[in-house]
Parts: sequence; structure tokens; C-alpha cells
Amino acid sequence: MQKLRRTMLFVPGNNPGMLRDAYIYGADSIMIDLEDSVSINEKDAARLLVYNALRTIDYGETEVIVRVNGLNTPYGRDDYEAIVRAKPHAIRMPKTETAQDVVEADKLITEIEDTVGMEPGTVKIFAAIESAGGVLNAKEIAVASKRLIGIALGAEDFVTSLKTTRSLEGIELLTARSLILFAARAAGIDAVDTVFSDVNDEEGFRNEVKLIKQLGFDGKSIINPRQIKIVNEVYTPTNEEIFKSQRIIEASAEAEEKGSGVISLNGRMIDKPIVERARRVLALAEAAKVKLN
Amino acid sequence: MEIKDVGMAGTLESSDIMISIEKNEGKGIEIELKSTVESQFGSQIRKVIKETLEKMGVTNVFVRANDKGALDCTIQARVEAAASRATQAGFKPWEVE
Repeated sequence: MQKLRRTMLFVPGNNPGMLRDAYIYGADSIMIDLEDSVSINEKDAARLLVYNALRTIDYGETEVIVRVNGLNTPYGRDDYEAIVRAKPHAIRMPKTETAQDVVEADKLITEIEDTVGMEPGTVKIFAAIESAGGVLNAKEIAVASKRLIGIALGAEDFVTSLKTTRSLEGIELLTARSLILFAARAAGIDAVDTVFSDVNDEEGFRNEVKLIKQLGFDGKSIINPRQIKIVNEVYTPTNEEIFKSQRIIEASAEAEEKGSGVISLNGRMIDKPIVERARRVLALAEAAKVKLN
Repeated sequence: MEIKDVGMAGTLESSDIMISIEKNEGKGIEIELKSTVESQFGSQIRKVIKETLEKMGVTNVFVRANDKGALDCTIQARVEAAASRATQAGFKPWEVE
């Protein structure tokens, strides 16, 4: 089954308590941060802490992604050298501007894997796009490396680059969200939406999650464990959707058994994309532990 | 590795440990530990601090440690960071492990 990324929980990399507890809340992925949440004076200590933590703590089924500093900063190279060796599932590149940024990161990860004798391609890449230029390059960025498993919008830097601010309705993000989503879908990788910073505005958050789910995003970056439940609720299919999807999958299996190329259910023809959607509904239902008959 | 300065790392937040490392000429590794879990884990914390320093080749140091229930991997990371700052050597354990 394909890995679901409904929630990607930010965890500050220099906080041992949060690093220890991050996986217990049930986020699909945790994103340990060495970049913006770590002050310049603490970059060395945070890198050592995350390196040691990843080699010790068992995060179980939770996907572990580490946001490193960019290779154009004094910290990026050491971050890659340390973190790749600690084997997270993926490295999240911040502020990705061009496909070349991804190619350079891929090259460095390949070198490190080679040096330590790790299987090539062990550590994947997740690229965050956070500027107008980056959004316009999303199509090329999304196909720049076989390691790339997804791209994400980082909205705070993005709206600044647009000379605007974030609104609850999110009109200023519509083009960026759409372009990132199109790029991800064309490349066959995941698209994850940006954070919603006001943890106390649950209604505003829920509305934004509904919007990005309807647009087609796989999930959302989150900054507080309290937001996990809301995202999961929005992404959990209804009983009716689940029931319908089960019938579609059954009809599809029956047609396959009979060697029939045409799937029909209650006298209606079922197309391949409908079967694909039904599979995703059931995967979301299973992830949400909805009881399936 | 030669100690050039006092090196500190860590915080006093829960699950962290604050480590301060300074020169202790000719006296080996001495550790002054305060911990919220001293009675159960004091000897283990001292052991992790000592082993981490030895692995780094740091020998004559006085260590002040104020522990708030840190995991061994946190203790190790904070000792590495403090010793790296004290020696100004930019210690990179991933290059030697």
C-alpha cells in the first residue's frame, strides 16, 4: 500500500523532549527541523542531537523526514553529512528554487551513501518550494531526481516573495497550490500543503484542510499535535464512500476473474479512474482505522 | 584534544541536560552531576558522559552536568556539542563512527 502523508508534524530539532515524543501522537510523518526553528548559535548542537536521536530512538511506523539547512548556507553540507548517515526516510530541502538545487542535493546524498556503503537511493528527498520563482519551476523540480517523493508549499516565505500576506480564505495561495499540485501529479509524487499557524483557530484550520483536500493535496504540514485529529477527520472517508468503494473494488475483481475488460456495477460502467479513486478511499479508511466489513 | 575555552551546550528544559566543560589540567575527567533522577540513573549518566569524552579523545576536563531526565542519546549529543565548543575542533562524530 502506498504511504499516506496526511499529516507532516514539524518538530524543532534542538528540543530533546519533542524529539523523544514526536511519534506518539500518530502523525503519518514527522519533520524534524534543523533550519528555521534552530538559531544560528545552536546549529551545531541541534545537528548532533538529531544525529544521535535518529540512531537511537525507534520511531516505529512513523515516517521520519529531516529538514536540513540549504547547501547555500554554512550549515547545509554538515547537515547532509550527518543526517544522511543517520538514515531518515527523507531529507526535506528548504527553499528549493530550481531543479539544479535538487540535482546537487541528490549528488551529495549519493556521494555520502557511497562513502558509507549504504544502498544507493536509501534516503529520499522532499522539496519545499517557498518563493514565486520556485513555484514557477515546480514542474522541473518535481522530476529532477528519482529520490524525490514529494513537494510541499512553504507559504510564509512565499507570500513575502509575492509582496502579500496570508488570509484565511487563501486566495493568495491558490495559484501556487495549483501549480505545485499539478507538478506533483504530473511527476507521480506527493503534494503536501503548507502550515496553518494559528493553532487556536480550529475552524479556520478545518476549512483550510477541506480546501486543500478538495484541490487534491495528499496532506498538510502541521505545527501542533492538536491539528492531527482535524486533518484525519477531514481526510477520513464517510461510511457511504467506503461502502461504495468496496463494491467498486469487488466488481473490479469479479471482472478480472471473468477476464472481462469491462467493469459494471448496478448496470453502470466503471472506468479505471473510478477504481483508482476507490482504492485511495479504502487506503484512507484503513489509515483512519475505520472498521471495514 | 586541547581545551581552549569553557564549552557549554544543552538547556534546563525537561528531557534535556546542560553540560559545561572546562580545563582540568592533569586531573583526568571529573564530573559534578545534578539530576532529577540522580538516585536511579546517576551512575549511568556519569558513564555516558565519560565514555563520550573518551571516544572524542578528551581527557583532562571538569564537567558540570545539570540533568532534567535526558535520554542517553541526548546526554551524548550535549557532551559532544559542549566538548566541540570547548576545543573549538568542530567535532563530527559521523566521520569517525
